[in-house]
Amino acid sequence: MLLSVEELTIAAGGRRPILREVSLAVGKGEIVGLVGESGSGKSTLARAVLRLLPAGAAASGRVLVSGEDVLAMDPGRLRDLRASQVSMIYQDPRSSLNPVRRVGDFLTERMVHTLGRPKAEARARAVELLAAVGLRDPELRMRQYPHELSGGMLQRVVVAAALAADPALLLADEATSALDVTTQAETLALLREIQAERELGMLFITHDLHLAASFCDRVHVLYAGTVVESRPAKELFEDPRHPYTAGLLACTPELDDPRPLRPIPGRPPSLDDTFAGCPFAPRCPRAADACEEWSPRPVTVSGGSAACRLLEA
Amino acid sequence: MVRKLAGLLVTLLATSFVIFGASYAAPGDPVTFLAGGKENLTPEYLAAVRAEYHLDDPFLVQYARWLGDAATGDLGRSTQYNDQVFDLLMARLPSTLGLVAYAAVLFVVFGVALGVLAAVRGGRTDSAVVAGTTFATSVPPFVVATALISLFGVQLGWFPVMGGRSLWHLTLPAVTLALGALAIISRVTRQSMVEQRELDHVTVARASGLSERLIVVRHVLRGALGPIVTMCGLVTAGMLAGTVTVETAFGLNGVGSLLVNAINTHDFPVTQAVMLLMVSAYILVTTLVDLAQPLIDPRVRRPA
Amino acid sequence: MTTMVATLSPKAARPLGYRLAGAFLVLVVVAAVCAPLVAPYEPDGVDFAATLAPMSPEHLLGADQSGRDLFTRVLYGARTSLIGPLALLAIASVLGVALGTLAAWHRGWVDAVVSRLTDVMYAFPGLLFVVLVVAVFGNGMTTAVVALGLAYTPTIARYTRSVALGECGKPYIDAYRVQGMGGFAICVRHLVPNMARSIVGYLVVLFGEGLMSLATLSFLGFGAQPPSSDWGLMVKEGQPAIVQGAFLPVLVPGAAIALVVVSFNVIGVRLADRMGVRGT
Repeated sequence: MLLSVEELTIAAGGRRPILREVSLAVGKGEIVGLVGESGSGKSTLARAVLRLLPAGAAASGRVLVSGEDVLAMDPGRLRDLRASQVSMIYQDPRSSLNPVRRVGDFLTERMVHTLGRPKAEARARAVELLAAVGLRDPELRMRQYPHELSGGMLQRVVVAAALAADPALLLADEATSALDVTTQAETLALLREIQAERELGMLFITHDLHLAASFCDRVHVLYAGTVVESRPAKELFEDPRHPYTAGLLACTPELDDPRPLRPIPGRPPSLDDTFAGCPFAPRCPRAADACEEWSPRPVTVSGGSAACRLLEA
Repeated sequence: MVRKLAGLLVTLLATSFVIFGASYAAPGDPVTFLAGGKENLTPEYLAAVRAEYHLDDPFLVQYARWLGDAATGDLGRSTQYNDQVFDLLMARLPSTLGLVAYAAVLFVVFGVALGVLAAVRGGRTDSAVVAGTTFATSVPPFVVATALISLFGVQLGWFPVMGGRSLWHLTLPAVTLALGALAIISRVTRQSMVEQRELDHVTVARASGLSERLIVVRHVLRGALGPIVTMCGLVTAGMLAGTVTVETAFGLNGVGSLLVNAINTHDFPVTQAVMLLMVSAYILVTTLVDLAQPLIDPRVRRPA
Repeated sequence: MTTMVATLSPKAARPLGYRLAGAFLVLVVVAAVCAPLVAPYEPDGVDFAATLAPMSPEHLLGADQSGRDLFTRVLYGARTSLIGPLALLAIASVLGVALGTLAAWHRGWVDAVVSRLTDVMYAFPGLLFVVLVVAVFGNGMTTAVVALGLAYTPTIARYTRSVALGECGKPYIDAYRVQGMGGFAICVRHLVPNMARSIVGYLVVLFGEGLMSLATLSFLGFGAQPPSSDWGLMVKEGQPAIVQGAFLPVLVPGAAIALVVVSFNVIGVRLADRMGVRGT
């Protein structure tokens, strides 16, 4: 297993933890999706894999990358992990790059300083990578500043940088959410191509369930810091078992579906809202009184699990 | 760019106009005022002054003539020393410039260092630096000067008390001059670095495995430099005016103390000249800093 | 006049700090008011037998070269040192608020003219503008106070203008306009009172600066004149005594200035934070 998150709980002030006993796994060559609304804790999870925890956070559980627990690593080993084993792609490419440094610097920096490659070699590799991600005239791009490139091109640069160290695991945190639809499609195609070529494990984080269902092999749905459903993509899409998943699918319009939109009532919980039982109960159309006391735990269903009391019967 | 230069020119003209016109704002006859307000002003002397300053010409003509003369280095004659004002200035300018340069080095080096320290260490170091700098800005330079002279000059005897031109002599004055600036620069540095540290690209750099030290230097500090350099420039610009108090407090023989002396002896030509010099220097340096913005921050540059 | 108002982090002044600063300032004001009652001597009571006397029961804070009791002089000096900035801020705020409100209300050429004027004044670094006025009109406390008042006017005008621009956009102003109320009436009766809170907060911060500027002018000989016991003047007069090893004549007034200004800064920043105001 490339990545194995076991019972991860992260708390940072607030009345409830950001993540509560979350478990998931990503294998080599697998694309695993993590879906949730803003505030569900999905970004925190991704950052936890790199041990970029929020200030003052307390974490329990384990995050194993190729068998080693990230949360218990010493700083040197951690830097090594960040430099060569796991790479992350972020939502806003424009803020991911240092605006006063050239694109070339951004790419070679990691290679030169953390991997110790000689400058000339790093430069050559950077040019190669820029070409590999589909940028024309890579030599020119190397000399340019971030503000001279479009959002789509910048995202390609970010992908190139992520690949610079030949990582085994790629974390894509809303990597396409800030892009326009066409660029989004291009970036996704690029990601898929690269992932297949290098057999990378990928954790694909998004708020768009439809996107996850079509792009990923397996999807985990996150709500209020807990995994509420975890199934193979196709099955999840066709037969969602948790009311939240079903609600999400129902409130997204589709071109060939004339059904009226039914948004989920209420709002996603903040860190000040505590729940004795199931966190989705206040908004769930099928909730019963007993749900408010039922502590969510995964219930096996076909292909995976879902955390709903109604499935326990 | 052209607009900024035009603005520079306009401001220079406006301020020089104010400085020139001040002699007319004085109560009483400008002649007496320009003659130095001394007693025993004979009619012949007054007539000579009137002729020398062309006081019978229309106001604007006088202004133009004054400005033209100033541009060519003819700043008139001191009523006290009876020397050419230009010569007086030139004799004292090196020591003042030396003082300002010394102070500039001090506040840049220590100001930035303190700011970086406060930003990186945080916690108690941070509070200490902030409290310290706040206190430093609450003490006027002349109080600092007298306190330093008392402590380090007389009590401990480490530094000479008055006068002199050597580096050693100029240390206490330079420290006094630099203190306020140091507080401001350390504050700006700290603020700028704290802002930069929160930016996404810093997290990205950290996530790619760079060591903290490299991150601070290459990303945080580099990004923070813009406001810091700008502020350093602006503060230095105003420093020439600060020499007025410091030179007086330490008994130094520079342009600042010349101004105070000139005012107290009603030597208006010298007063005007020194004011013109200081104000012009200030306007020039601030405009230069403004024009240099594209060099400091690539985003401000026009696309190639 | 270039004003650098420090941006203090609230951490630097804990609640104890505010209370201490406030208490100290109250003490200073009381001392200033009650000076004739509390002071043991006359402020210009020359006594050459006590030249440069050290701290003693007769002279709590020592005496200067002319034998004048420093404790007395500091108490009396609190009067000029506090009234001076008050007067200059009064001048500056009346003029500044008027100009700033005018500029914000009328916009157009009025705004442009006011902006040009403030630009010219800002082109004079430090105290140079004030020094010029003093050079022309002569030394003296009145001249210094008026000159500083003028010098601070642009700062207050700019601040008022930005606050006023914000207020002018609010619906209630339009409501009055629609009712047919004249511009002047609206400004005076409604606009200014609503801005009062933020402006006063800003003024408190400026008070400390004004005090320092005024003291500096006195130190240079341009402000208070002998035999006044203004603190800045006291430092000037005490300077020759330093080489003789007597530090009290300069340190006592110097410390007084520093402590009062620090107290004002601590309180001013706290007030500014509370009112959501930030200096430029």
